[in-house]
Amino acid sequence: MASLGPLLKMEGIGKTYFGNRVLKNVNFTLEKGEILGLVGENGAGKSTLMNILFGMQVIHETGGYEGRVLINNREIHFENPMNALEAGIGMVHQEFSLIPGFSAAENIVLNRESTRYNILVESFGERLKTLDRFKMKERAQAAIEKLNVQLNEETLVTEMPVGHKQFTEIAREIDKEQTQILVLDEPTAVLTESEADILLESMKRLSLLGIAIIFISHRLQEIMEICDKIIVLRDGEVVEETVPAQTSIKDIASHMVGRNIDSAFTRDSENLDRSSTKPILKVKNLWVDMPGETVRNVSLEIYRGEVFGIGGLAGQGKLGIANGIMGMFASGGTVSFENEEIILNDPRSALSKGLSAVFEDRRGVGLLLEEPISWNVTFTALQMQNKFLKSYLGGLLRIRDTRAINECTRYYIEALEIKCVSESQQVQELSGGNQQKVCLAKAFATRPKLLFVAEPTRGIDVGAKKVVLDTLKNYNKKYGTTIVMISSELEELRSICDRIAIVNEGKIAGILPATSESTEFGILMLGKVENGSESEKAS
Amino acid sequence: MSKDIFTKDNLQHFLISNAVPIIFIVLSVLAIPVSRFSGQYLVQEMLIRLSRDSFLVLSLLIPVMAGMGLNFGMVLGAMAGEIGLILITDWNIVGIQGMFLAMIISTPLAILLGWMCGAILNRAKGREMVTSFILGFFMNGVYQLVVLYGFGKIVPIRNPQLLLSRGFGIRNVTNLEGIRKCLDNLIPLNIGGVSVPIATFIVIGLFCLFVVWFKKTKLGQDMRAVGQDMDVARSAGIEVERTRIISIVISTVLACYGQIIFLQNIGTMNTYNSHEQAGMFAIAALLVGGASVAKATIPNVFLGVILFHLMFVVSPMAGKYLIGQAQLGEYFRVFVSYGIIAIALALHAWKRYKDKERARRSLRGNA
Repeated sequence: MASLGPLLKMEGIGKTYFGNRVLKNVNFTLEKGEILGLVGENGAGKSTLMNILFGMQVIHETGGYEGRVLINNREIHFENPMNALEAGIGMVHQEFSLIPGFSAAENIVLNRESTRYNILVESFGERLKTLDRFKMKERAQAAIEKLNVQLNEETLVTEMPVGHKQFTEIAREIDKEQTQILVLDEPTAVLTESEADILLESMKRLSLLGIAIIFISHRLQEIMEICDKIIVLRDGEVVEETVPAQTSIKDIASHMVGRNIDSAFTRDSENLDRSSTKPILKVKNLWVDMPGETVRNVSLEIYRGEVFGIGGLAGQGKLGIANGIMGMFASGGTVSFENEEIILNDPRSALSKGLSAVFEDRRGVGLLLEEPISWNVTFTALQMQNKFLKSYLGGLLRIRDTRAINECTRYYIEALEIKCVSESQQVQELSGGNQQKVCLAKAFATRPKLLFVAEPTRGIDVGAKKVVLDTLKNYNKKYGTTIVMISSELEELRSICDRIAIVNEGKIAGILPATSESTEFGILMLGKVENGSESEKAS
Repeated sequence: MSKDIFTKDNLQHFLISNAVPIIFIVLSVLAIPVSRFSGQYLVQEMLIRLSRDSFLVLSLLIPVMAGMGLNFGMVLGAMAGEIGLILITDWNIVGIQGMFLAMIISTPLAILLGWMCGAILNRAKGREMVTSFILGFFMNGVYQLVVLYGFGKIVPIRNPQLLLSRGFGIRNVTNLEGIRKCLDNLIPLNIGGVSVPIATFIVIGLFCLFVVWFKKTKLGQDMRAVGQDMDVARSAGIEVERTRIISIVISTVLACYGQIIFLQNIGTMNTYNSHEQAGMFAIAALLVGGASVAKATIPNVFLGVILFHLMFVVSPMAGKYLIGQAQLGEYFRVFVSYGIIAIALALHAWKRYKDKERARRSLRGNA
């Protein structure tokens, strides 16, 4: 093998998206039968790296990449994913790419079915060959056997548990004879523990058969268990390349999250001395069916007057919690606010009890883009609480109180430093940061008792981030409003929150005081870790 | 206890998924005695209508398989068939030979129209049904232009009986006496006073075999894959757009043959309206048979044709005896065919919602 060099070599890989650097000088090699663990936070560049390896369209459309990709010492340039497949790179995606109404066998041999000749092929072409179901089944069985899992090839995908879907996908890659490199992107994220163990076993078997595997996972325990080599990516760079024997989960976690703390996010110590432990919001067994952010079973107590942070990796369900409580997506469980039950699936119920929310999708549900700032700021208060209305004829006729609206808007423009021409400027003309401030003003105008703020700093620049965070902090101090802030940026949460809950796989992995070590949060985010996790889970 | 709920749930599921045929069976059972038709008459009528309509309805199956919904664009095929029929009538080629010639002439036209329709529908993914519906209206305009102004001017028509008195354009009604029942009566068969159009049924039977065989081909498998998830199919390397176009082309060509078989049974052609009705009634019949936008089978076709036409035959007389109004039948015809399409589409959406809700139950964790 040595004469041939490594199976896969990525050399000096770099990539920018619209001037944003997402990958910088990434180098690694992969030998035949080796299992490479690739870890990093969301946005660390893992997906981009894999997209480059696969020749995905999005890479070409945004100006290609830097560096070289070599397979068996030959430089390759994949035009599209089909080229990559032909070169023997198989990918198992995070989302299942299975045909729901097909059986496992049909999916395993999808578009590579065994066929039989018949006379009509002469005039109408290859596609009129009839399927050889017997052979298809045999091939599926052979692939499943290689994986060494329990999977009936006749079962329809719709009737399978998630684990089996994952196995079906992997079996499909194995059935391709040319597959030399298998990329598994978070394959265990959806599996139960026992299923994950079976999968890991199968991966070991495959590596013995000479298939190299790139294994992307947030579960460091698994990485430690089966990988031959571990690469940690952070902010587009390889910060650590190591082998399991020379490292520990804690080490890896700190490499992943341990970035230089931005001075914008330094924490004022005065925030700390809050001792109220009277719960204002109680959540029990909440489930929320929000696509991509499924909440499975969350129980929480949020204290009056605190700033509570909810963190966790993308897609684990942290956004679903606020959306579910505010009635934006179908949900169940019990939520009570000041000892009164909130009726789920009814946005009015939560709003009328004094909860308010600033959602992550500010352009979609947060703002009326083509309306002036003043309307946006006062809209919810006017609709839900009949504020800013003048009554005539004993309440029969109610007219907008324009003067009060403008006055209120001017107050918030000043208080939040919203940069605009006047209160009648259209919201779509404002910058992202200022739009976010309008969203906050809108929520403040309802004088909420509890405010959910989801990803308030997403897509706005550092200066504006600071203003937004300061605004929240000050508002909390001034009015004693309980604030629940949801963010993927841990440092941001740590700078203003009192306590932070970390959500993992739709459940609360743990709640820690914001002053805890960032490594501890990192470990919670990565889910199941054996050593030392029990005490944190209990808290 | 939990088992009881399970079976109740299953029963409910069965009733929901088969609501439309059940309603029709109940209505028929009530209306047949009231109409005072003899059993023999009804059997004869049903046989005629089965032979007349089944082929048209069957042509809808393949696009459903490819996930393109009910192909309202089948009227394009019907138009192609009618142009073939006008030409053979003008050339005075009669009998089974005439019919075959009409099919041969109209096939390239149907392929062309089908390809066009498929290409347009590829640009309107997810909105295939409404797009093909409107496309049918648009092509109707083109058809009228061609038949009303082109025929006799650009396309030479020698038979003056076909033309309007002004010298060009085809008359409102085209007489197809030359090929009337030529296929139905090719092999005469009479069982107990009921004449059976056996040759037509053989053709329909062959078609059914074709559909069954087609599902087993690579192309058929690709269509099913494309129909269920376009993105997955594409990532597996299936040419999604091409596959969809092929499915529409097949449907259009078959609809063209279906319309020719339909009109040889009727014997006259409503030059400017026949195709419109063909699409509407075929789709309504398929839906009555229990098919949905996403799933249609051969039994759906036959059950649908029987139930739909049973209502047509029975309801005027039932109406007459019940309230002295025979127009009720005609009213019912239109009401039912549009109504059933609306109900089926609404039911489909509702069912999908219900299914999603069922799937959601697993998310509740251990609450």
